[in-house]
Amino acid sequence: MDTLETRYRDLSVEEFDTRTLLANARQQAVQRKLDDFLIVDVDAHHYETESFAEIADFIEDPVMRYEAKYQGYGGQGISSQRGNYQNLTGRVARQSQARKEKTPAADHHRDIEVTKKWMDAISIDICCMFPTPMLGLGTTPRVDVEVSLARAYNRWLIEKVLAHEPRIKASLYLPFNDPAACVKMIEDFGDAKGVIGFTVTSPHYKGVYDNAYMKTYAMLEERNLPLIFHSAIAWGGDQHLQLCNRFMAVHALGFTWFNILHMTNWICNALPERFPKLKTVWIESGLAWIPFVMQRLDNEYMMRSSEVPGLKKLPSDYMRDMYYSSQPMEAVKNREMLECTFKMIKADTQLLYSSDYPHWDMDLPSTIYDLPFLDETAKRNILGGNAKRVFNL
Amino acid sequence: MAEVLVCRNGEMKDDTVRIVKTGDVEIGVIRHEGKYYAYRNLCPHMGGPACEGVRMPGIEELIAEDKTYIGQRFVMEDMHIVCPWHSYEFHLETGINTCDKALRLQKFNVTEKNGEVFVSV
Ligand code: FES
Repeated sequence: MDTLETRYRDLSVEEFDTRTLLANARQQAVQRKLDDFLIVDVDAHHYETESFAEIADFIEDPVMRYEAKYQGYGGQGISSQRGNYQNLTGRVARQSQARKEKTPAADHHRDIEVTKKWMDAISIDICCMFPTPMLGLGTTPRVDVEVSLARAYNRWLIEKVLAHEPRIKASLYLPFNDPAACVKMIEDFGDAKGVIGFTVTSPHYKGVYDNAYMKTYAMLEERNLPLIFHSAIAWGGDQHLQLCNRFMAVHALGFTWFNILHMTNWICNALPERFPKLKTVWIESGLAWIPFVMQRLDNEYMMRSSEVPGLKKLPSDYMRDMYYSSQPMEAVKNREMLECTFKMIKADTQLLYSSDYPHWDMDLPSTIYDLPFLDETAKRNILGGNAKRVFNL
Repeated sequence: MAEVLVCRNGEMKDDTVRIVKTGDVEIGVIRHEGKYYAYRNLCPHMGGPACEGVRMPGIEELIAEDKTYIGQRFVMEDMHIVCPWHSYEFHLETGINTCDKALRLQKFNVTEKNGEVFVSV
């Protein structure tokens, strides 16, 4: 028997070499004597991402060049649909620094330590914690991805955070693209420690009036768990917002737009009449949109009530029964307007303070405390009393 | 008025900040292009530590004669102090907010004597 030469290659230590990867291709070329042909490849590629730092140096507009170098390329970089320049090319300095913050060794998750640190500094007793990029998950075309990630996140949050820290609560993510999965989420996690409600992330392209959701709403009403609409942006996913070429524009409009949309549908389909005990909370759209929608819908309702026969009172009356988070409160130089807004929404009983920390447009409790038109009781209600009542804290 | 020692001249590198605390008042001393600027480390917006953020030059839009948009440029001679809490920007030279002249950082005088830098409080 001939002895065959044996060679070994250990792939765990072997360095990558294109010639090794393409050794069989070379063999084919040799067998076919391809080197005798003129071969022209009219579509070949390289990964320009690997040289992006160099390429960015060639951008002629200096401001754009700076931004490109800061954001990078691909993923969430400058060319991505989201065009993620939310932290203003480093002007919002604390976010990138906070990631490096040291926390004492503990047997629970780092997020608990970090969260308690800022809560203590700001003077917050209890917070309701929401995710950040997941607020845009509802626009993924892959429904199974939304459901899987939502379940994973909710389970992780319950086991790693809520179970260990009574000051941190959560309103769990509802995978709104899959109504049956929403029902299961409430069944599975509605009773978990620290769960105080369920959240629809507002950038979604499903009408809240769809019959498929009635079971979800009924379950929440029965359990006395509020339904939260947490707004966000969907720059890449929304055709109207794609007309915005500045983050400021998409943020100012997007964060209000999705809640305006869902609120309008919620009212026009008389869902407050169908679920009179279901508390709805509208989060992170600021306050200025609420008087706008109230006036708009009331005016239309007076002329077209036959179209929305489920309504038994003015749209604004329903909206005054709902709850709103305060941030980002549009407090720039128009006290009178703000005071009027507080009156219109019955802020004393319906407004819930929120910081949105650590995001760049966070509000401190002083934004409420310092308002000259609020008395002590109203301040206490808005800063905590209303939330205590709504969420049974 | 008291003179508070900030540093020996040359001790602070260009584009760095030293926070000086005297009594209850924190002052951010910024060295930029060889000059010292001192402002109270307290933002008039919501009370953030205004001097602890980054400094960035102002930005100007470039519009052509036919009103079309060309791009942007940094205005290097107009450096801004950017508050790290919500990015309100203030002219380094004056401490005045870039959007609302009524908002400003409290400015302090800086003097150099015998190779030492002082802020007057
Ligand atoms: S506190 Fe300085 S920008 Fe808000």
